[in-house]
Formats: sequence, structure tokens, C-alpha cells
Amino acid sequence: MDKLLTVSMSPHAHGRDTTPKLMLGVVIALLPAWAASVWFFGWGALYVPVLSVLFSVIFEYLIAKYLLKKEPSIRDGSAVVTGLLLAFTLPVNIPVWILAIGTLVAIGVGKMSFGGLGTNPFNPALVGRVFLFISFPVQMTSWPLPKGFATADAVTGATPLGLLKEGMRQGEHVANMVRELPTNYDMFMGHMGGSMGEVAAVALLLGFLYLLWRRIITWHIPVTILTTVFLFSGLMWLINPADNASPVFHLLSGGLMLGAIFMATDYVTSPMTPQGMVWYGVGIGLLTVIIRRWGAYPEGVQFAILIMNAFVPLINMYVKPKRFGEVKKNG
Amino acid sequence: MSDIVLYTVISLTLLGILAAVILYFVAQKFKVVEDPRIDAVEEVLPHANCGGCGYPGCRPFAEACVKADSLDDLFCPVGGNEVMAKVAEILGLEAVEAEPRVAVIRCQGSYEHRPRTSRYEGASTCAIEHALYTGDTDCPYGCLGLGDCVAACDFEALFMDEKTGLPYVIDENCVACGACVEACPRDIIELRKRNKRDRKIFVSCINEEKGGVARQYCKVACIGCSKCFQVCPFDAITMGNNLAFIDSDACKLCRKCVVVCPTDSILEINFPPRKEPKEVKPAAAKKAVPPKQEKAAPAVAAAKETVAVKEKEQEKEKKAENIPAEEKASEKDAGGEDEKKKEAGGSSPEEKKGS
Amino acid sequence: MQKLKTFPKGGVHPPEHKLSAGSPIETLPVSGRVAIPVVQHLGAPAEPVVQRGEEVKVGQLLAKGTGFVSANVHAPVSGKVFRIDKKFDASGYKRTSVIIDINGDDWDPEIDRSTTLRKEITASREEIIEKVQAAGIVGMGGATFPTHVKLNVPRGKKADILIINGVECEPFLTADHRLMLERGEELVVGIRILMKALAVTTAVIGIENNKPDAIDHLTKLTADEPGITVQPLKVKYPQGGEKQLIKAITGREVPSGGLPVDVGAVVHNVGTTLAAYEAVQKNKPLIERIVTVTGKSVAKPSNFLVRIGTPISALIDAAGGLPEDTGKVVLGGPMMGKAVSKLDIPVTKGTSGVLIIPDNEAHRAPVEPCIRCAKCVSVCPMGLEPYLLMDLGVYEKFERAQNERVMDCIECGSCSYICPADRPLLDYIRLDKLRVGEMIRKARQAAK
Repeated sequence: MDKLLTVSMSPHAHGRDTTPKLMLGVVIALLPAWAASVWFFGWGALYVPVLSVLFSVIFEYLIAKYLLKKEPSIRDGSAVVTGLLLAFTLPVNIPVWILAIGTLVAIGVGKMSFGGLGTNPFNPALVGRVFLFISFPVQMTSWPLPKGFATADAVTGATPLGLLKEGMRQGEHVANMVRELPTNYDMFMGHMGGSMGEVAAVALLLGFLYLLWRRIITWHIPVTILTTVFLFSGLMWLINPADNASPVFHLLSGGLMLGAIFMATDYVTSPMTPQGMVWYGVGIGLLTVIIRRWGAYPEGVQFAILIMNAFVPLINMYVKPKRFGEVKKNG
Repeated sequence: MSDIVLYTVISLTLLGILAAVILYFVAQKFKVVEDPRIDAVEEVLPHANCGGCGYPGCRPFAEACVKADSLDDLFCPVGGNEVMAKVAEILGLEAVEAEPRVAVIRCQGSYEHRPRTSRYEGASTCAIEHALYTGDTDCPYGCLGLGDCVAACDFEALFMDEKTGLPYVIDENCVACGACVEACPRDIIELRKRNKRDRKIFVSCINEEKGGVARQYCKVACIGCSKCFQVCPFDAITMGNNLAFIDSDACKLCRKCVVVCPTDSILEINFPPRKEPKEVKPAAAKKAVPPKQEKAAPAVAAAKETVAVKEKEQEKEKKAENIPAEEKASEKDAGGEDEKKKEAGGSSPEEKKGS
Repeated sequence: MQKLKTFPKGGVHPPEHKLSAGSPIETLPVSGRVAIPVVQHLGAPAEPVVQRGEEVKVGQLLAKGTGFVSANVHAPVSGKVFRIDKKFDASGYKRTSVIIDINGDDWDPEIDRSTTLRKEITASREEIIEKVQAAGIVGMGGATFPTHVKLNVPRGKKADILIINGVECEPFLTADHRLMLERGEELVVGIRILMKALAVTTAVIGIENNKPDAIDHLTKLTADEPGITVQPLKVKYPQGGEKQLIKAITGREVPSGGLPVDVGAVVHNVGTTLAAYEAVQKNKPLIERIVTVTGKSVAKPSNFLVRIGTPISALIDAAGGLPEDTGKVVLGGPMMGKAVSKLDIPVTKGTSGVLIIPDNEAHRAPVEPCIRCAKCVSVCPMGLEPYLLMDLGVYEKFERAQNERVMDCIECGSCSYICPADRPLLDYIRLDKLRVGEMIRKARQAAK
């Protein structure tokens, strides 16, 4: 025999999943939300994510090649996902230079400073967003109101959560503010002010179904987050409807859907076991409502996820899967 | 306004005092009484934390030294006799002198000498390949070439040779901590007595197969013919399991065995050239210092030559390995100084002769 | 059709590729010189009892098992013992083998070579176990654990169910499938024999749903057999794993570190069951087995009945020769089989198949960083965390690996199979197991 046989340990077969394929799956799942944001916010929503992805990929390539001096691994597609997710959390009228800074922080600080894919403790897109949120509060909170596809000049305004917070700060009853707030149906369909990707709950849910169908993520994290938010805010609403918004409002407003489905489920920064995922989801849900209700910022999802990201190593350490055979001897 | 400032200062001061008192009592209560000699012993240890002494690191070794009644079983291979003497001095004990040792690789199965019979794929560690099969050659004894020993070495004394697929030892850096011996799943690496000028003669094979089979695996395998055993005047060679073994403590470096080995599996390293270069076998010649002129020159000159050649080789190797430039420079400086001293020492007898 | 059962946690579903499912079993003669390894089982090696130059008959004892957990080896061919030497076998190393120059086909007269079905079981319980032990029968699914050990229920424990493993969850392999179709009657008698040996009244044949003809056939055959039922199972790897199969069929979980008999179940492979039939009813030791020769580029994927010791190159030739594009040859299935470096190694008792993988599928993709997708955790049927165990192996934290239950790993390979970053998870888990095993042995010795 002229050719040498290859010898390796079993298994000798491999599944079809690869990192780039999984990342592509996430991008596909984000497409409905992207389409919705283009529908609501116009052309800006088309090119800002593209630019963001471009910046992310370029920064990752440059940092890997010239700072870390290793083979750039942009092929894995994680930079694309980070760029896209970051763009989805920004208002559509964001200046390009701020976008560039945001992607640099997301990729450079959020991911590459820890060694690249797989090693970052915090969700890079959220690191970028929070950095921008704190550094450029004016630009970051002038949310354009959806005026339809054709309108060129968007009118800016507050998000429903911003309205709520502002109203409560002025001591108004939540019940009285309902007139100013969008209806639940409008929020479900995405007809409200907000960042590019977060407005259309229906589009995000479509993406969620796709992710589940492709088995890219499991149901644990999104479902526990949404359930916890619903139950916790619902409890407060039942106790005191005057000071608290309805649980449905909490579910549909702000970045909760985007955060629960796409941000919290980020592979690298979420727990490894189903049991751990449940703990993590409950933590994010509770923190979100707490920050929304009592915190200084109107929106709490981003901080809740980042805080729980910090707990992930601890969860991985102590929450173990149920081992097979870990039972009392039966019989 | 001033009231607020005043209250702040007072309350903070009180808090500070309270905290200090608590800390004082806590420190008293949980005070750990530690033998100060542990720190002293640790101070003289090399701080390599290599585990060569059998303890997890330098501190546990220091603790063991302080606890022990005698230093018989305790030895720091990195620091050697010098450091152990210091430890003994601190503890008022007697140090046991140990022969300095150095690691040698007992396999010559390079790509050239051993035909590859399969391709290994998978986790790049010898331990896993060893668990799977004989490796990409048929020899079940030989080096697997994935460098577990190199990974285990903390002293930059072991490197992989890309050309041969085998590791090689940089004698100057080797402290004989034994980490590589432990790491090698095939027990190829041996710690041998360090002779003058790092000269060494050893059977570079551990194949226990019968001669014919061994030759099939590898051109330079020991075939257990016992020719070296018969020729050795010092009874340093033992035969067992179709394999010759040279006891480094008994070997007097006469090199008779090297010449008679039919498969070139006995290596001589760092020796001056032989008088009749014809006798030098090709494989041995590669490792040995190339022949030079000046036959009539005394041993001193020969030694100088070896040192010079060695230095050059070292430089080449270091360039190849891309060791940080500063370390290289410092090592070289240190080495250079030592050699200068040697040279000075070597030239003095001549002067005496002259006077 | 009964409701499909399966084990609840983990598992993967690789493409099945049962290419040789339609090929009836062919008997393949063997000639020339064969090497019979004396270790073909788990446990203590057998001791050769023949001399160089001795003439042996088919079925004659070649090597005697030493100790209880060991197995006899019999001559699968007749001829002259050329010598006893070390030869490469499936282990990847050379091991002691009895090398025989074949001369004719002269059987031991004690062996009943007729094909008539002997249904009546006259042997007593002890006799059955004795005969199984004498015949050198081992688990033929691949684990090669001596069968008589499993039939000897330890004192104080009681088996109440016998599970017959006809799952064949490995892709490509069809040896058990064909056996169930073609040797069903003998198999059912074999089950009766094992039930008698274990003193149980219930036996369940577990078969995955991708073999509907085997399920139908055995359901018909067992219709009049009280206590024996066929249980169709959902197709999921590694259902053929002993612990997974027990869980799927009975819902009982074998405790960590325990034996199946701790939950009252004993599992035997269909091949083993057939061998037990032949040993008890026909006096025939384990000298031949059914081997699948298959692969995507194999000209004629087949199932062969071959003598132990037949070199796998002969099997490959009979299946149309070694394909041009061969990259890897695996003994067993693609998930748990063992890749070999040469083709002159012999078929042993545990060789269920010879799988030839074309070169374009034989290589591993480059290892990428772990993205912590947790897929390995979700597919692990034992509830372990392969990503963590691999890291512990890389960084040599073997004590912690032991605490993380690495010894529970059944090495099914689901984690390495699913990993999107192509990480060698199972390679390092095996390293963990190796080192932890050494630690446990050392601790035991120290305790003595």
C-alpha cells in the first residue's frame, strides 16, 4: 500500500455543525428584525448595521494580526454577529464616528483584550453599547420615532420606557400615562421609539423560533428571562397598579426581547448547563425589572445581562448537570 | 456647613479607630506562628517551582527541609550541591553531595532512521498517542515526537528538532529536575551523570525486541548483540531484554563501545575528534564535534576548540528557537565569562612550565 | 406497533448509512497463516496451552483463561502451530498470538456441526455457565467482557430482567441486524438459555426502529414464547450502551460506579446470545463471528461469517478490495471503533465491523477555540461536562476531573461528534481516565 492510513481516536465521524455555520444561523435569525427596522426607520437601518459589521470585522482582523500577532480568525463569523447585535442596540440616527468607537470598544475591549473568541466574560456587543450609552448619552438617547419607510426626516422622541420613567419621576400615576404610551399591539408590531433591532417583538420572536428549530440555542435562557420578568412585574402590578406598568408592557417594551433572545443566549457568556441557564435567566429577569422600576436608567436589560455575565463562571462552577446514575440504589 | 465637616471628621476617625482595634485583635487571635527558617530556606532556593524535588514547589520543599531531621532524602536538583549546602548551613544540618545529572534522549528514531507506517491525527500529546497505538512508526518503544517532554520543561532545556522529529537537550540549561522523565509516556528520557564538558556515552535506544524485528522498526536500534558488553573494560554495560545499557556512574568514557556498535545506536557527544576519523561512524560523527586541525596541540587547545564550536552551535540553536533576545544575551555573557575563566586557568600551567 | 422508547438525556443522531443491511451473511473461508491473539477480552490475559509445531483441530483450546475475569481462546482453524509470537492486533500494539499454518478444516469431533435447531434445553443452570465459560464467550458488541462473569449474579443481588441488545446504534454496522434476520430461531433459544442461567422470567429484545424487518421477524418468533418481548426503540446514539439501554427499556438508572445487576438488569448482545446457543446446544466454542465490511466507497458492502483470526485484508478483498481513496480503516463503527494502521491484523471476538472511510472524510478539521456553545454538555448521555473535562486534561488537573465524575464517561464520542469547533474532547477525556485510573490504582495499593 503506497498511502499511509490515518489513525486517530474515535469518533471517526463528525456532525455538520461548525462555528461559522452557527454564527450564520444567528445572523439569519436576526434578519426579520432587521427587515422590520428598515420598514420602521428607513434606509438608515439598512446601512448602519452593514457599517457596524464592517467595522467589527476590520477591527478584529487588525487587532488579531498586529496586536495579538496571531492568525486572524474572522472566518468564524463571530465578529459579524457582534457587529450586527451592536448596531441593533443603537438608535438609527447614530453618527458614524460614534458607531466606529462603539465597535472598537466592543471588539477591542469586550472581546480581543481577553484573547478573542471563547474567552471573553462579557457580551462584547453589550460592552460596546454600554460604553456608548455612558459616553454619549445625548446621541444615544435621541430615539427616532418610527415614521415609516418613505419618510426621510425622522422625528426623535423618548422610548416607551423613557416616557414611563420620566412620568414616574414627575410623580404621575402610571394609569394616567397610558394615553401617551403606545398600545400593546403597536409595541408588539414594533411601532414605537427605540433602537434599531429591539422594536419589533414579533420579528424577534420569529428569529427565536428559527434558532430553536435549527437547535442553535435551547429554550432555557429566553423563556426563563421572559417568564421571570412577566411574573415579577405582574406581581408588583397586582400589588400596586398605580405605580407599576403592566407585565405585558414590560415584556414588549425596550430591549427585553432582543436581550433575552439574542444577547443573553450568547454562547461564550452564558452558562454551560441547562440548570445553570435557568438560574442565569431568572437573575437577568429579576435584575431587569429592578433596574427598570427603581434604577436611574429607564432600561435595565443591558446591565442585567452584563451583571449576570459576571456570575457565569460561578454558575458553571456550582450548578452541575444531573449526572447519570446519581441516584439512590433503587431496589 | 462646618458642622457637617466636623461630624464627618469625627465619625470617620472613630470608625477608623474601631476598625484598627478589631483588626488588632483579629490579627492576635489568628496569628500564624511560622518558623522563620522556612523563609530563609526559601530565599536561597531557585524559585523555579519546577517540582523536581518531589514537592509541589519551592515553599513546600523549604517547609519539608525545616521539618526534616536530616537532608538525606531532600535534594533540589535545580540548585544542586551549592544550594543544598546553603540550606544545610541555615538549618545546621549536613548536606548530602549529589552528582550533577543531565537528561539524555534515548531514541534516535528520526524520520530518516524510522519509516513512518501511518499518520496520527488528534490531540497533540504523546500520552494520548501512546494510549492509542504504537505511533506513526511501528516501534512501540521509540519517541512519538509530539513533545510532552518539551512542554514539561521549565528551563528551556528541551526543544523539538523539526528535521528529525525528536527532542534534543541543551545541556547548559538542563537542571535534571526530572519533569521530562515523568512526562515521557515511553520512558525514553534518562537522567545520567553529568561528566566533564558534558561528555556522554549512552545507548540511544530502549527497544526490547529481538534484533531482526528491531532493525525493521528502526535503522539505528540496539539489536542486543552484546558487542559493546564484551568490549567494555569497566563492566559498565549490562545486557537485558535484548538491550544494552551503560551505567553512567561506572562508565569511564573510553569510547570503545561506540566503535564496535554495528547499528550506531551508542552515541558519543561532546568529545574531541578521534585520531583516525575513519573509525568514526557516520551517525556518531554528526553529533560529535567535527574534526579539526592541530593534531599536535595539547588537550587544552582541543578543549578550547570544543568550547568555541559549542558556542557557535548554541548561537545557531538559539536563533532558531527565537528565544527573547535579552535572555540570550545574558546567558551568553554568563557563559562567555565562565569560559574565559576556564581559558585563563588552562593557560596557567603553560606559564608555569615557562618559568 | 408498540410505543417507541429511548433514553431521556443526551445522545446524537448521526447519519445511519446502513449500506450492507440488505446483504445476506456469507461464509468466508480462510487459508494460509493466521494469528490468534490470546487476549481478545477484557480482563486477565489467557495463557497459551499449545506448543510450537503442535497439530490443532478446530475448536481445540489454544489458551486458557487465567482467573475468573478472563476467557479461553480456541483454535478457529485446523493446522500446525507455527510459533507463539507477538503480533500486531487491534490494540495498536504487538501482543502474544498463536500463529497457525492452516491445513484443511478438521473439527473437534465433540462439536455438533449440523444446522438442526435444538430447542430443548437440557443443561442445568450451572452447566450453562460452565459451558459458556469453557467456550470463551465474551460480549460481542465490542466491549468483550467475559460473558460467564455477567451470568454469575453476585451473592446478595438478583436479576429480574434480561435485556438482549439488538440496538446496533453505530452507523454503518449491520452484523447484528443480519444476525437477527437470519438466525432468529437460534437466537430465541439462546435467550431461553441465558434466561435459565440468570433465573429470570422476563427478557426484552431492544431493537432500534430503523430495523423494522428485524422487529417484525423477532416479534413473530417470540409470539409463542412466554416472557420474551420485542421492544422497538427510537433511533438515537448511544442507545446500545448498556446503561442507556437499561434506562430506555426499564427506566432504571445504573448507579454511578455500579453494575447493571445492581438494578436487576443484565444485558447481552445478540451475537453473544447466539454464541451461547452454539456453546450450550452444539458444544461449539466461540471461533467465528459475523463481521460487517462497509464504507461509502466499498464496492460490495457485505456481512461475512468469518473465523476468528482471519486477517481484515482478506475481508476487505472479499468485499471488493480496498478502495483507491481509502484514508482510514476502522474496526467497529465510526463512533466507537478503533482506527488501525495496518491491514494484516486479525479479526477478534470483538470485531463487529470493518469500516473503510474515504480520505476526504478521514481527517479531522483544525481545532478551533471553544465557543462554549454547551452542545457537548447537552449531548452527553452521562450528564458530564466534556468541555470542562477536556480542559482539566489539558491542564493536568486530574483530581478535579475525578471529582467531576470523569470515570462515568462511556466514551461514546457524542461530544467530539457534535463539537462545532472540532475540539478533541474525547481524546483528552481518555487521558483523564487513564490518569485517574492510575491514581485510583495507586491509592488502592497504598491502602493495602
